[in-house]
Amino acid sequence: MTLAGIAESDRLRLAPGVMLRHDRLRGQWMLMGPERLLVLDDMALAVIRAATGPEAGDVAQAIDRLAAEYDAPRDEISADVLELLTDLRNKGYLTA
Amino acid sequence: MSCALPAFAAMAANAPAPPFAVLMELTHRCPLRCPYCSNPTALDPASAELDTATWMRVLDEAADVGALQVHFSGGEPCVRKDLEELVAHATDIGLYSNLITSAVLLDAERLKRLKAAGLQHVQISLQDSEAEGADRVGGYRGGHARKLDTARLVVAEGLALTINAVLHRHNIGRVNEVIDLALDLGAGRIEIANVQYYGWALENRAALMPSRDQLLAMDAAVRARLPELAGRIVVDYVVPDYYARRPKSCMGGWARRFMNVTPRGRVLPCHAAETIPGMEFETVFDRSLSEIWTDGTAFTRYRGTAWMPQPCRSCDHKEEDWGGCRCQALALAGDADAADPVCELSSAHEAVAALRDRDAAALGTEWRYRGL
Ligand code: SF4
Ligand code: SF4
Repeated sequence: MTLAGIAESDRLRLAPGVMLRHDRLRGQWMLMGPERLLVLDDMALAVIRAATGPEAGDVAQAIDRLAAEYDAPRDEISADVLELLTDLRNKGYLTA
Repeated sequence: MSCALPAFAAMAANAPAPPFAVLMELTHRCPLRCPYCSNPTALDPASAELDTATWMRVLDEAADVGALQVHFSGGEPCVRKDLEELVAHATDIGLYSNLITSAVLLDAERLKRLKAAGLQHVQISLQDSEAEGADRVGGYRGGHARKLDTARLVVAEGLALTINAVLHRHNIGRVNEVIDLALDLGAGRIEIANVQYYGWALENRAALMPSRDQLLAMDAAVRARLPELAGRIVVDYVVPDYYARRPKSCMGGWARRFMNVTPRGRVLPCHAAETIPGMEFETVFDRSLSEIWTDGTAFTRYRGTAWMPQPCRSCDHKEEDWGGCRCQALALAGDADAADPVCELSSAHEAVAALRDRDAAALGTEWRYRGL
């Protein structure tokens, strides 16, 4: 039984022990977790901000916001966003 | 220790990239007596341990050198009464705190205080999936049950939980049960480790080494489960050294990701580095962590690839595994400057296989518990 990918109806948050942090020394945004970290590019940072946090709502709303913010066609970005979120969930950074 | 971490680009020419984490071995004291403990066989006594003020300063220096995380470990770090204070200070200066614990001394009250101090992650070692074997290996009756209680409290507090399971001849057949237990406890991550034969474990190798059949069965069991575990629990799994064909990148490469501070304040590139003869280690009373990281002789000795002899020097993998583990090269090839003999390209590789097979066949051997 393999866990399905993230769906638009999921509501996501950072997994326990995971924090979003800007490191001044390195000038980078990163997700910091148990004995691990992930350096984020601008796109990943925008997606994480849109999809987590108390006001985020579900993933569908996050995609709506990203589409508006980046003036991008929704159906072009949704697959990429879902793939990125699934990957982050599988690596233990996000939880539904 | 997981090494799936990005290497940071050097900040300036000649300066090494900053470390990812500093491991602080607050003490060597521990109520358990695991026969594979990674502490040195000559343990630092309580009277030699750094005091609170010095550890606070070392934390400041860890932030200064650019470390992002601190690991409070030991021994058993919970024997230190100042653990909360140290975690709070780490939080104040922006360091992410991990606690590496046997969990038998951690109760609900203390856990709440540590959480309030900013602790993010607790790693609990399990000696087996069931109490009888676990308590025998740890040499501490009732320990397993306490660990499970504490693990549930950790999850209930909303902290990240990692289960660290160390496998050897006596528990390797229960790897599936260990994984099930970690899932049941609500762990976000499991480290499926195999005994690393330094220190106490090297002495006890003949009592711990699994057979090839045991190992292959375990490896197949873990790999078969990885797909169903994706997204449910993060699995850090490393094939045990003595049965591998290529070495691991020990500590993510010598002096590339980690610094280690011992209970008495010696600053090491890896926790077993003191086994290497002829190395000089500075202490936190000599220079700052930044200075030691940059050009301390123990740190520069095996950093990068310039020190490498053949076969590593002309090998395509030299910036992946960095020639493997120096302490293992010393233990197995008698030379810390050699390629890790776990590597099949090493001239000592055959001898490792012979040692392994001899020790795996030494059934019935009693181990010696860790002790003073
Ligand atoms: S390996 Fe066992 S004896 Fe050593 S510090 Fe950990 S719990 Fe204690
Ligand atoms: S020869 Fe050296 S660098 Fe190449 S795989 Fe073996 S240990 Fe690693």
